[in-house]
Amino acid sequence: MSSTMTSATPTLDTMGEVSAKPTKVIQPAWVRVMHWINAVAMILMIMSGWQIYNASPLFNFRFDHSVTLGGWLGGALLWHFAAMWLLMLNGLAYLITGLATGRFRSKLLPITPGGVFGDLKAALTFKLAHDDLTIYNSVQKLLYAGIIVVGIVTVLTGLSIWKPVQLHWLVALFGDYPTARVIHFVCMSLICAFLIVHVALALLVPKSLRAMIIGR
Amino acid sequence: MSRMRKLLIPGVDKKLLVKDATKLMPDLTRRRFISGGASLGALTLLTGCDVLDSDSAESLLAQVSKFNDAVQAWLFNPDALAPTFPESMITKPFPFNAYYDLDEAPEVDGKDWKLEVRGLVDNKKSWTLDELYALPQVKQVTRHICVEGWSAIGSWTGTPLRDFLKLIGADTRAKYVWFQCADKDGYNSPLDMRTALHPQTQMTFKFGDEILPRAYGFPMKIRVPTKLGFKNPKYVLSMEVTNEYKGGYWEDQGYNSFSGS
Repeated sequence: MSSTMTSATPTLDTMGEVSAKPTKVIQPAWVRVMHWINAVAMILMIMSGWQIYNASPLFNFRFDHSVTLGGWLGGALLWHFAAMWLLMLNGLAYLITGLATGRFRSKLLPITPGGVFGDLKAALTFKLAHDDLTIYNSVQKLLYAGIIVVGIVTVLTGLSIWKPVQLHWLVALFGDYPTARVIHFVCMSLICAFLIVHVALALLVPKSLRAMIIGR
Repeated sequence: MSRMRKLLIPGVDKKLLVKDATKLMPDLTRRRFISGGASLGALTLLTGCDVLDSDSAESLLAQVSKFNDAVQAWLFNPDALAPTFPESMITKPFPFNAYYDLDEAPEVDGKDWKLEVRGLVDNKKSWTLDELYALPQVKQVTRHICVEGWSAIGSWTGTPLRDFLKLIGADTRAKYVWFQCADKDGYNSPLDMRTALHPQTQMTFKFGDEILPRAYGFPMKIRVPTKLGFKNPKYVLSMEVTNEYKGGYWEDQGYNSFSGS
């Protein structure tokens, strides 16, 4: 924890931009703290969600017991509806801070089709440079902006299937209860797909993982 | 049947009932519930407690569940109606769902059966099926949502519970209406009074315009379209108006007690 503290040195201006000295902070403290809280909350939500799914599978498969959380439906529901507070409150704080500091705008925009295809081609031919971790390439911008949108839809569909009567207007936005449930599942799948790519790339570029831990 | 009723009616040792009920949940399952938590060492950081200590993890989750009861009671709008559907959208066949097979479902003799009324009510008389059938009935086509996630649209006809509570002079300031049922091993469930007074909460006698079949809870089911399915008791034997939280078959095993939709 001590490293998190030291990196919070006042090298940041309000825009989350970095001053040249003494060290370049890539990930400000609030991003790091919220990122790891989110990581824990997401894993709890996904693993308990898989156990809940198993009670009445949408498709012709079940998740193996070794990767689920809660042991049975009742236990999984307790985990899911406890971790949801962590996910929602942390997510809300992240969205507010990201918008208020201008970090979302400066880091994630603009996203252009040309930029995405160009960078995707460069990535697939191993020509994509990432010398400066403070600047996201177009593929990163698309993935990071996209996963925020997916996260928001996941929470909204989750609220819909939790409170289909009280929030019937929200359910209507997605069609009906069964549709909201399927979209909730699809969002989970997208998050898992993102996680695989995200973790693989973080391990391929270890300094990005270091930046998310100690900031630099 | 009559033996079953004696077993479930007043003065029953609730603890014994619960003990029977928890037998259904194998010990192995309960242990897995805990070990599932223990495999996530990261949680220690969040809770400040060692998740290997199963009791603290379980009691923390139980506390959050209680908090969620309060949040849901706060969110509950007594005027918000569950969406209704045209009869063409009724799910056929409507699923039978219980913790036992259909051939183990209670076979209640409608001629012998009487609904017992207890607790904070002026008139504690028991009601025969014919007396209940004579009360004004309404039909509603709503979506039944199971705690497991699936849902099905059904047509239920019966008397609004709030009309019946008024009729028997129930103290509607009491906290719960507690239902006891004829299901094997005993089934019971508490319903918070605000939900009991919701206009769509119904004492149901018919499914799809036919007398409620055995599969769906003959002779009487409580249909609560603002709650998950397990809060819709079938084969109801008695109702008690009470301020005391008496627990429920699934609630005691860990399902969230409010479980509102």
